[in-house]
Amino acid sequence: MSLATTNSVAEIRARNKELIEEVLKVYPEKTAKRRAKHLNVYQAGKSDCGVKSNIKSIPGVMTIRGCAYAGSKGVVWGPIKDMVHISHGPVGCGQYSWGSRRNYYVGTTGIDSFVTLQFTSDFQEKDIVFGGDKKLDKILDEIQELFPLNNGITIQSECPVGLIGDDIEAVSRAKSKEYGGKTIVPVRCEGFRGVSQSLGHHIANDAVRDWIFGHIEAEGKPKFEPTPYDVAIIGDYNIGGDAWSSRILLEEMGLRVIAQWSGDGSLAELEATPKAKLNILHCYRSMNYISRHMEEKFGIPWCEYNFFGPSKIADSLRRIAGYFDDKIKEGAERVIEKYQPLVDAVIAKYRPRLEGKTVMLYVGGLRPRHVIGAYEDLGMDVIGTGYEFGHNDDYQRTAQHYVKDSTLIYDDVNGYEFERFVEKLQPDLVGSGIKEKYVFQKMSVPFRQMHSWDYSGPYHGYDGFAIFARDMDMAVNSPIWKRTKAPWKEAPSAKLQAAE
Amino acid sequence: MPQSAEHVLDHVELFRGPEYQQMLAKKKIFENPRDPAEVERIKEWTKTAEYREKNFAREALAVNPAKACQPLGAVFASVGFERTLPFVHGSQGCVAYYRSHLSRHFKEPSSCVSSSMTEDAAVFGGLNNMTDGLANSYKMYKPKMIAVSTTCMAEVIGDDLNAFIKTSKEKGSVPADFDVPFAHTPAFVGSHVTGYDNALKGILEHFWDGKAGTAPKLERKPNGAINIIGGFDGYTVGNLREIKRILELMGIQHTVLADNSEVFDTPTDGEFRMYDGGTTLKDAANAIHAKATISMQQWCTEKTLSFAAEHGQDVLSFNYPVGLSATDDFIVALSRISGKEIPEQLARERGRLVDAIADSSAHVHGKKFAIYGDPDLCYGLAAFLLELGAEPTHVLSTNGNKAWQEKMQALLASSPFGQGCQVYPGRDLWHMRSLLFTEPVDFLIGNTYGKYLERDTATPLIRIGFPIFDRHHHHRSPIWGYQGGLNVLVKILDKIFDEIDNKTNILGKTDYSFDIIR
Repeated sequence: MSLATTNSVAEIRARNKELIEEVLKVYPEKTAKRRAKHLNVYQAGKSDCGVKSNIKSIPGVMTIRGCAYAGSKGVVWGPIKDMVHISHGPVGCGQYSWGSRRNYYVGTTGIDSFVTLQFTSDFQEKDIVFGGDKKLDKILDEIQELFPLNNGITIQSECPVGLIGDDIEAVSRAKSKEYGGKTIVPVRCEGFRGVSQSLGHHIANDAVRDWIFGHIEAEGKPKFEPTPYDVAIIGDYNIGGDAWSSRILLEEMGLRVIAQWSGDGSLAELEATPKAKLNILHCYRSMNYISRHMEEKFGIPWCEYNFFGPSKIADSLRRIAGYFDDKIKEGAERVIEKYQPLVDAVIAKYRPRLEGKTVMLYVGGLRPRHVIGAYEDLGMDVIGTGYEFGHNDDYQRTAQHYVKDSTLIYDDVNGYEFERFVEKLQPDLVGSGIKEKYVFQKMSVPFRQMHSWDYSGPYHGYDGFAIFARDMDMAVNSPIWKRTKAPWKEAPSAKLQAAE
Repeated sequence: MPQSAEHVLDHVELFRGPEYQQMLAKKKIFENPRDPAEVERIKEWTKTAEYREKNFAREALAVNPAKACQPLGAVFASVGFERTLPFVHGSQGCVAYYRSHLSRHFKEPSSCVSSSMTEDAAVFGGLNNMTDGLANSYKMYKPKMIAVSTTCMAEVIGDDLNAFIKTSKEKGSVPADFDVPFAHTPAFVGSHVTGYDNALKGILEHFWDGKAGTAPKLERKPNGAINIIGGFDGYTVGNLREIKRILELMGIQHTVLADNSEVFDTPTDGEFRMYDGGTTLKDAANAIHAKATISMQQWCTEKTLSFAAEHGQDVLSFNYPVGLSATDDFIVALSRISGKEIPEQLARERGRLVDAIADSSAHVHGKKFAIYGDPDLCYGLAAFLLELGAEPTHVLSTNGNKAWQEKMQALLASSPFGQGCQVYPGRDLWHMRSLLFTEPVDFLIGNTYGKYLERDTATPLIRIGFPIFDRHHHHRSPIWGYQGGLNVLVKILDKIFDEIDNKTNILGKTDYSFDIIR
């Protein structure tokens, strides 16, 4: 058991507060003042975590955040499989985000599906000087000729587009008309907009509202007969197949999933969503906007759910069923019962190996809170968490439903702070991203990437929980962590002694 | 239910069973999918000469380009100096991308900061971001040097790095004598190899030419040392170590500039080393006195070498020397420039490579290869294939230019094995897809993204290049020097033998050729 769990709550709170003070000492005064607002120790009973969020990152501190383009192309739009997404601007943005998010899909890539292709306008100096609209016009023609089975095109703006005064909306409208009403969506997700990925999600949601929903009435009825049990999965990007291991549960309880937003999703599914009876929302952060819009415009209720770990899955299945009749409610109970033996077996196997182990998280979207229940199902204890691009409503949800008293909270944490926190608290596991992974492994701290599932997954649903448990066990209990010190060098650290 | 605690199935197997397959089949009706016959027809059409012609007629769209943008190269070069923090002025998302990209390739941490410019900076300029950013970085990460480069945002709005750094120093962000070299690295010009060149030149210019007017220019006092520049290289860890070993064997006094071979290969022993190894700042300054500067990659160092030449040094560049002749040329040049004898050990290493080629060339001889990658890498690999008697057939470099094309063509013309080869500068991997369908080859050499080409065209991929995300640790072994040539030969041979086995392993059908000795 690690140092972090050996003290009383009061002692932990005092230690965490002291740790925050210590970390702030490194900064110039102005920066210390600003960062202090983002760090806190959660106090039980409070309705939020007591940190400021969704504020500009401070220059030079090594923020872990990305940009609006990453939020739009990388998160929301990129997984829509039958549309071509153009990274509009210089080559880099599309290159670095090419295929790295593991949004699984089924399709014939390059023919009727395009998720793992890198389409870019590859801006050159002349495009900056003379503008990129003419080039964009030609690109759309070339896509139509060479990829004739695409069902639509989006234009994902990179920084220069918004700075040089291009009118991508005008180009989109004109080309859409030229191609008989083809869906062409301009997205103003230039990387300098907003403070993180978050505004990119919002801009991407708004683009769906304006450029997809704005056109569908003319399209008429969906190509299927509606049922009272039609739902849409919103905010699941099918990383490692997450949406699939979620969808199977919803269908087993008697619901019919008519759309996935946006993992393994298609334009037709986006267009059909206004016919859903309920929108179920996993990643609140990135898709609450469109859910609210559909509620206002089409009267579709939405409900948040959490498919990480059996406790939250069961809660969520019952909550979703609460919107439907007894048939579905019974269906939910049947599903919970069906998977109980799997859950029991997974917990029987892995919980003894993980009981009491401590975890520190730093992720984006929903995960800094959503995965806490799954760790707790395995007997693990989350002692610190924070959001890359969360807003106040994320921290409220975290405080009200997830974290324990005295949990360390860090918003928009940077390299320096995160390293000091982990060094001091010595958790048994850190869950964060690729930029953090090797830093902590060098420090002999077991690590799992909690954006990409470290190339594993799915982690959603009951099937996913078994994989999650296996992966956390293999990280925490890898024999290598007991061998990182050369035997002829100093004695192992207190943490490693305790772990043995 | 396919899942169980005893044998946990992940994404590789979980979705193969009937439960998920039926679910996915039912999902189709909501997707408004294309008619499967139409999908098949278009798929076949993309394999034709007609499609290739349309594909090569593209003027505006790039699909799967094999290049990245300038600042990535700048960051890569900057971390090759002692305790140097790369600082990229512009939008912060870019830095998240460079760090992720480098970490995914090297499986190592990658440290770099951004000045986090947002909309207000787009309007008013990023001076405050620079001033605050330098102050924060300096205090937090205690660098010995901060090397500044730019994202396209800062370039489009025209931020002046020289003036901004000067002002920031006046405002006390960092001490007046603290080293802050800089380079403008617009993403809409060139590629990551250009950024490498610009950043390295910026750093040398800083030390040699009076630190942006704040110190006297250094006066060159020639000595016998040689500077070595590796260039942007996914194998930097293995390659630079191998080059240093060779230089030490020959007893040549040397400075490797931008030596990032340690920072991208730190041990796991409980300590995170944000900085490790690297060219010392003293050595970077003293490099002006060297007799010569040798670049291992011409197209990564055009400006830097001109700069060294202007300071009176002999300069010489290679094109990613892989294999026998290229290594011979390199070693002979080292000897000529330094006046040092070539030690017997290198002759023995050479002999071992010759031995290995002689043992195995029958399997490589006459095989057709497609190659893509950075311009120098393409050249080096093509040259090695020619000396193995293999036939490079398509050589494609998205960031290669006309001069590169001419140089490649001259190389190919020099060998009977290069006669059937075409060179494609500025083209991308969707062009390569057409080439592989219409003029098939036996093997493809390229980076991880080549796996999409391997899947589509069934051309076996030999992974050499950058980035390699889906195979681990190869960057730790050199592919330069005689030893490196041997490593490349083995990579190629392993794939060739695997392919022969794959083609001959059907029981009772093809396995008469499933030989245990090859």
